[in-house]
This record gives sequence, C-alpha cells and structure tokens, in this order.
Amino acid sequence: MAEQFELTDEMKSKVGWESPPWTYEVTTTSVRAFARGVGYTDPVYFDIEAAKKAGYRNLPAPPTYLGTAVFIPGKTDDTFSFPPGSFPDVRHGLPGLLDGGTETEYFDQICAGDILTGTVRLAGLDVKESKGLGKMLIISSESIFKNQEGKVVAIQRGQAIFY
Amino acid sequence: MAVKWESINVGETLPDLSKKPGVSQLVKYAAGSGDFNPLHHDYNFFQSQAIGSIIVHGRFKYASLGELVSNWLGHQGRIKKLSCQYRGMDFPDKEFTCKGTVDRKWEEGGEKLAELTIWAENTEGAKTTPGKAIVAFK
Repeated sequence: MAEQFELTDEMKSKVGWESPPWTYEVTTTSVRAFARGVGYTDPVYFDIEAAKKAGYRNLPAPPTYLGTAVFIPGKTDDTFSFPPGSFPDVRHGLPGLLDGGTETEYFDQICAGDILTGTVRLAGLDVKESKGLGKMLIISSESIFKNQEGKVVAIQRGQAIFY
Repeated sequence: MAVKWESINVGETLPDLSKKPGVSQLVKYAAGSGDFNPLHHDYNFFQSQAIGSIIVHGRFKYASLGELVSNWLGHQGRIKKLSCQYRGMDFPDKEFTCKGTVDRKWEEGGEKLAELTIWAENTEGAKTTPGKAIVAFK
C-alpha cells in the first residue's frame, strides 16, 4: 500500500501522449466468437440472414466489441492482446492494478467486414486516496476508433487504477 | 419483444438477464475478447491464489450489460453510450443478474432518446457493476 505518491513533472508531461494507430478487424468469425463468449442467443449476432432482416448490412458488432486487434507474435501483448505501443510510458512504480470502469460512445454502426483503426490517448492522470488501497494513481485513457472510411465510429474511455 | 420509444415509460424496468458463467464460459469470453489474463481461467495463477478463486472479467459484465440493453431494444434502435464501473468481484458458478430502469425519455436533434440506469448485482443484492446507457430509437 503506497503511503506517499505524487505526480512528477515527468509523469504529467505524458498527458496527451498518443499511441501509433493499429488495425482492428471486425469479421463474421470474430463477431460470432465475441457473441458466443458473452453468451448471446440472439441470432442477429450469428446468422447473416437474421442480421439483414433486422436492418444491418452484415453481422453487427455486439455492444462493447470494437473489433479484434491484429495479433503479431512478439509485438502484440501476449496476455491482453493489446497492440504494441498502446501504453504510455508512465513510470509510477505502483505494483497493483485494477480496472476502474469503461465507457463507450458510439457514432455509427459497426458490422462484420469493417476494418477499424484505433489510437489510444493518455487523457489524464489523477491521484486519489482510498482507505483500503492507500494512494492510487488513476490513468484515464481515450481510444478513438475510425472505420475504413475514416469516420470516427466509437470512442472508448477507461480508467486504470494503480496502487 | 422489441420495445417502441412511444410506449416506454420513465421508471419502467428492463427484463432481467441472469448469468452464472462457469470456467468454460469465461474461457469462451477470453477467446472472443482476446483477454487472456490468467486471473480469469487459471486457479494456479498467483493473483487467483491470493484471492482464493479466479474471477469474472469486468469486461464480461460490461458486455453482459450491453446484452441486457440489446435484448430490450430488439434492434429497434442503437446504443449511443454505454458505461459501467467495476466496484466488486464476481466469481465463476455464482449467479449475477443484469438489471435496468428507464430514467429519462426525450427528443433531441430529431432523435428519440432514452437514458437507462443499468447494473449487475450478485445474489446478496450487491451492485458490483453499476452503469448507464443512452439509446436512440428508430
């Protein structure tokens, strides 16, 4: 448990940092795999005819699914499948990690066949204190996803809590 | 089962979505999402041993809240915003239920909108994953 923790100028200078872009594929197979993983029984996420009947051009991406990052062994994070270079180099030294929360804002439909390009931005750094965990560093990030036409289709915001 | 914006009322509840994911379901979610953190499938992982169990992915609960809203909407609209916070752990083979209520209903910029409070709660009634959603109807 960290008793003392302060943001340094070096850490603060990373706010606004942006990752290189990376490709996220939305395919019929990846949509079905995600929908199956969540436990959907709605045929719209599995059967292209059902999806078209419901007004989609192909299988729609289920809520919270924003494509699968292209995996390259040795480059992609092997545990979380995060693209290379998708984390800012904030040297805080805090060992514990919790996921604080997620927010996704959608601007357009995402369907199988779409190829998204995602970039992550370091949106903010905050220090908070909790009774149980002591000083916590909250890293807020914002990921912007554009489709193959260059249109922003979704923005996902998250908070990683280090303690 | 699809809802219409005209017929929903503030205060009404969404049909509950109960889940009791076992290890196999969490493995399927790991494969579908790409999140292979061993805390969600490996009982020998140091963090699982410290907790005494593997735990359900926070994002599995987030996706389940998405499913709750998707089932209710029945493709008669789209989700504009979906958020949640991970406040408490859920465990495999333990039931949790996704619930929601309609908080607000309004029209803006030609869109028929509704705001929902959504959450996942365990069998003790603790809200482990509170959230919000905004949906636009066709």
